[in-house]
Amino acid sequence: MYAFEIERPETIAEALALLSEEGGQALGGGQTLIPTLKQRLAMPETLVSLTAIGEMQGVCMSDAGEVCIGGATSHAVVAREAADSFPALAAMAGHIGDPAVRNRGTIGGSLANNDPSACYPAAALGAGATIKTNTRDIPADAYFIGMFETALNEGEIITEVRFPVPRRASYQKFVQPASRFALVGVFVAQFDDGVRVAVTGASENGVFRWSEAEEALNSDFSAAALEPLSVSADQMIGDLHGSAEYRAHLVKVMAKRAVEAA
Amino acid sequence: MTQVSMTVNGEAVSAEVEGRTLLSDFLRGNLRLTGTHIGCDTSQCGACLVHVDGEVVKSCTMFAAEAAGTEVTTIEGMANPDGSLSAIQQAFQDQHGLQCGFCTPGMVMATASLLKENPKPSVAEIRDYLEGNICRCTGYHNIIKAVLAASGQDVDAMVAG
Repeated sequence: MYAFEIERPETIAEALALLSEEGGQALGGGQTLIPTLKQRLAMPETLVSLTAIGEMQGVCMSDAGEVCIGGATSHAVVAREAADSFPALAAMAGHIGDPAVRNRGTIGGSLANNDPSACYPAAALGAGATIKTNTRDIPADAYFIGMFETALNEGEIITEVRFPVPRRASYQKFVQPASRFALVGVFVAQFDDGVRVAVTGASENGVFRWSEAEEALNSDFSAAALEPLSVSADQMIGDLHGSAEYRAHLVKVMAKRAVEAA
Repeated sequence: MTQVSMTVNGEAVSAEVEGRTLLSDFLRGNLRLTGTHIGCDTSQCGACLVHVDGEVVKSCTMFAAEAAGTEVTTIEGMANPDGSLSAIQQAFQDQHGLQCGFCTPGMVMATASLLKENPKPSVAEIRDYLEGNICRCTGYHNIIKAVLAASGQDVDAMVAG
């Protein structure tokens, strides 16, 4: 790693002041950023750790009945504390990486990084979450721009994520066993006003909504309703773990499993 | 440089470290607690697991500065107060849950964490929990048996051979 200073502010205001300085970089749980720093792929002057900020920790319910998760909340805490209010979300968080990763990795870190194979982007897009930052509220539909790309501006941090609770939902991932990331993962959520289907791990453009599946499930919420659909391999990720055609095939397989499990 | 203070295995420690100093390097280099092993240094193998405020973490993927003010437990803090092996450590010895022993500190830390959350885990639950701990010698079978034995369950009834 290149040398840098590390700061541990205890309020959002202090963190923003530090991040406004030249060379400041936010640090969530570090489960992606620290390996990146080790490879010298980033060269911050100051790392601003967000995990000591009390106001960005924990899971609660809003007056509107949304599950509200502080931006620096670990996956392990979400797995435990959202288990009753939003079981599919808690189950998703409880299967990220391994137990040690889940004790450090944070929801804000995962969403800010927007890895094309990460689980949280599928949950946020699939549930139609709102990403709250220090300056604004961003609907998930406008947040995910592309592979490792989001609507966040420089120095903007995710302070909270609000999830509307669906009538039923499930996240199913086909695990890439070496990395524990999703080879393909599908989050299906049925709300009173319609079904949302979000896919991670598959597209070169990162997480996306599978609108044909949403239409089919809106008229018939069953795995059989997805049977006539097919997914194009165009712009799907192809690598040593699986070809583009294989991932396209898995999208439907995992979507059907998610509908059955919801 | 940053001054960091924490409690490690019950003792207060303090040192001046660089911002980029990993918790694993702090434990091994500054404190000479070399039982915490650095296997891959890329967050994949689990040999460097320690407990920070009771939660299992990869010490190679956390900065020493992030552990400031916490209570850290390493493999050196796992034996009984009289120096004899803890029940988990004894189970690894009894069940031949190690060969070269390099991954064992991480396996023991993960097992302690698992048994705290789930005192009587099934074989499937043990395999799931140890997903982030890689062993290149044993083929895992005897590690599973060691965890079952440490949890006081009937090893022979739950796994073959």
